[in-house]
Amino acid sequence: MEVFLFYTLAAILVVFAIFTVTARNPVRSALYLVSALLGMAGLFFLLKAEFVGAVQILVYVGGIMVLFLFVIMLVSVREVQGERRANRQWKTAVVLATVLSVELIFFVVGGADVFRTEAVKQGVITQIQTANTQNVGQMLYTNYLLPFEIASILLLVAMIGAVVLARKEL
Amino acid sequence: MPEIPQIDNLWEFFRENSAAIGPQLQLIIWGLGILCVDFLIPAQKKGRGAIYALGGLFMASIHLYWFWGISPGPAFYNMVTLDFFARYFNLLFLAAAFLTVIMSYRYLDIEDEQHTEYYALILFATAGMMFMAGAIDLVSLFVGLELMSISTYVLVGFLRSQKRSNEAAMKYFLLGAFSTGIILYGMSLLYGLSGSTNLNEIGRQIVGLENNTLLVLSLFMMMAGLCFKIAAVPFHMWVPDAYEGAPTSITAFMSVAVKAAAFSIFFRIFYLAFGDVREIYIFALAVIAMVTMTWGNVAALTQDNVKRLLAYSSISHAGFVLMGLVAGTDFGVTASAIYLLAYTFMNLGAWSVVILLRRQDIPGETLEDFNGLYFKHPAIAVLMLIFFLSLAGIPPLAGFIAKYFVFAAVLEVALSSGEAHSSLMVWVAVVGALNVVVSVYYYFRIVVSMFIRKDYLPAPLSFSAGLVVVLVITGLFTVLIGIYPEPFISLARAASLSLT
Repeated sequence: MEVFLFYTLAAILVVFAIFTVTARNPVRSALYLVSALLGMAGLFFLLKAEFVGAVQILVYVGGIMVLFLFVIMLVSVREVQGERRANRQWKTAVVLATVLSVELIFFVVGGADVFRTEAVKQGVITQIQTANTQNVGQMLYTNYLLPFEIASILLLVAMIGAVVLARKEL
Repeated sequence: MPEIPQIDNLWEFFRENSAAIGPQLQLIIWGLGILCVDFLIPAQKKGRGAIYALGGLFMASIHLYWFWGISPGPAFYNMVTLDFFARYFNLLFLAAAFLTVIMSYRYLDIEDEQHTEYYALILFATAGMMFMAGAIDLVSLFVGLELMSISTYVLVGFLRSQKRSNEAAMKYFLLGAFSTGIILYGMSLLYGLSGSTNLNEIGRQIVGLENNTLLVLSLFMMMAGLCFKIAAVPFHMWVPDAYEGAPTSITAFMSVAVKAAAFSIFFRIFYLAFGDVREIYIFALAVIAMVTMTWGNVAALTQDNVKRLLAYSSISHAGFVLMGLVAGTDFGVTASAIYLLAYTFMNLGAWSVVILLRRQDIPGETLEDFNGLYFKHPAIAVLMLIFFLSLAGIPPLAGFIAKYFVFAAVLEVALSSGEAHSSLMVWVAVVGALNVVVSVYYYFRIVVSMFIRKDYLPAPLSFSAGLVVVLVITGLFTVLIGIYPEPFISLARAASLSLT
């Protein structure tokens, strides 16, 4: 069952990812990306990382993609459609893609052993806890309380920054 | 997975832990305060924000002074500390922010962009730097870095009516976000390898992993991202444009405080956590240091815009600071720390003279704008000469002490017996020495304009009480660190020794 689910989700992810880059219409491209991200979220659920999966849906599918769609619909789509598929940046893209593929192959070949260092063997990371979301929540409000609070200041600064730069008159 | 602790009494918890983040708290509270009282300030008097910002910086300094001798240990579950290293850098950030706020006041009036948000953002950026300097955990280090970076992105684009400023902010933001992503990727790999985000714990766990491909990968990713932040070649492309387009006061702030903050986490990560696996990166770091010094200097030779010239010179100075890290000893870190302190004062001084030349209708950025300055304002010209002599590393000024220490640190390692990298160290020292000679040339191009050319532009300089204060303070410290460096050296030494 798990294997079946994995291959289904992986297929969804890969197929829609390919559609995302090949689609001519940016709106469609964005919608394909939504589907790909949903597939990714499914994979996270399968890995028993339900918190990451839920955040994936909430933040990426819910927040960021809606923002993408807004931007795409606000700028004129026609001009983009007429452009060539490969623009000047294709060389950079090839280099980056090569680097990432090499890394991916490294991880696939190495499997889970890649991260099985002495530290892990000694039991620093003992086991995957079952109550994932609960643990994340508790860690966030104890061990990682300070970064969590700094992040709130960070978001405030980003908001102020956006207002300062975008408003016509201050 | 580490044990999950319980916080029973939140107030008690906060009271026990807040000492270590005192200065940051002050800055954030005052920054928020500025934003809150903004609507009470009439539109023509937005410059009052500068006074509140100075208040915040003053209170943060008081806080730092209170805890100077006490050294609040690791707080918030080993997230942040206020050890001597952090305090040393906090002092540097406060000094830089203080001088920047004073010199900004008049400059923003001239540019007609006087807004309270500017001062609030400077406070937030400074708080972010302090979190960086005090961070002993990858997570708090990263949020501190982002707090600083995002504030600076906005400040760079603060002159909204100028296309140049917009372009600079855009470039800085895109490349900055990219480099942040690279750092974060490196961090995530490191977490996977060591099972911890704590720097000390990571340092313990990665011993013996020198040949692990992932460790090498994560190390170089973090190095690349950090080299972007300190503006080292080959990750320096954004520097000239961002420095030229940003408001000059912010350029000054970026070239000293942002750079010093990035160096502080460079030390924490590469000296503290990666100190035992130095073999992996020492060669790359030495090459980066040499190329940075050389490229910054060579590119500065042909610049006619003083802002770009100082931008390239700041790239080459990053190379010199890296020399201390290449040495990789206590003494090396001391040398880098003292270099950053000296650089703060001499560079802020030089930038404030550039601000002084920004007159109504005259950008004051080209070499011609400096023509004949000596004949009209001898005091300013002599001060600028002092800053440039110091930047070039000529005794008996602060820059000489700084350069002397980084060279001494590298040569000490080169001459010590049993050192595997002595020839590499010698090379670094030789390239550094050659670069000192090159840098004298382009600093003196401006000096020649000031002292020999006579076609002075008639428009009056934009003097203000604040700028004079900045010039006096920076000039004083540039000379003081040069002729009586002992107290500063002992500060830097204590800072490097507390880095364990």
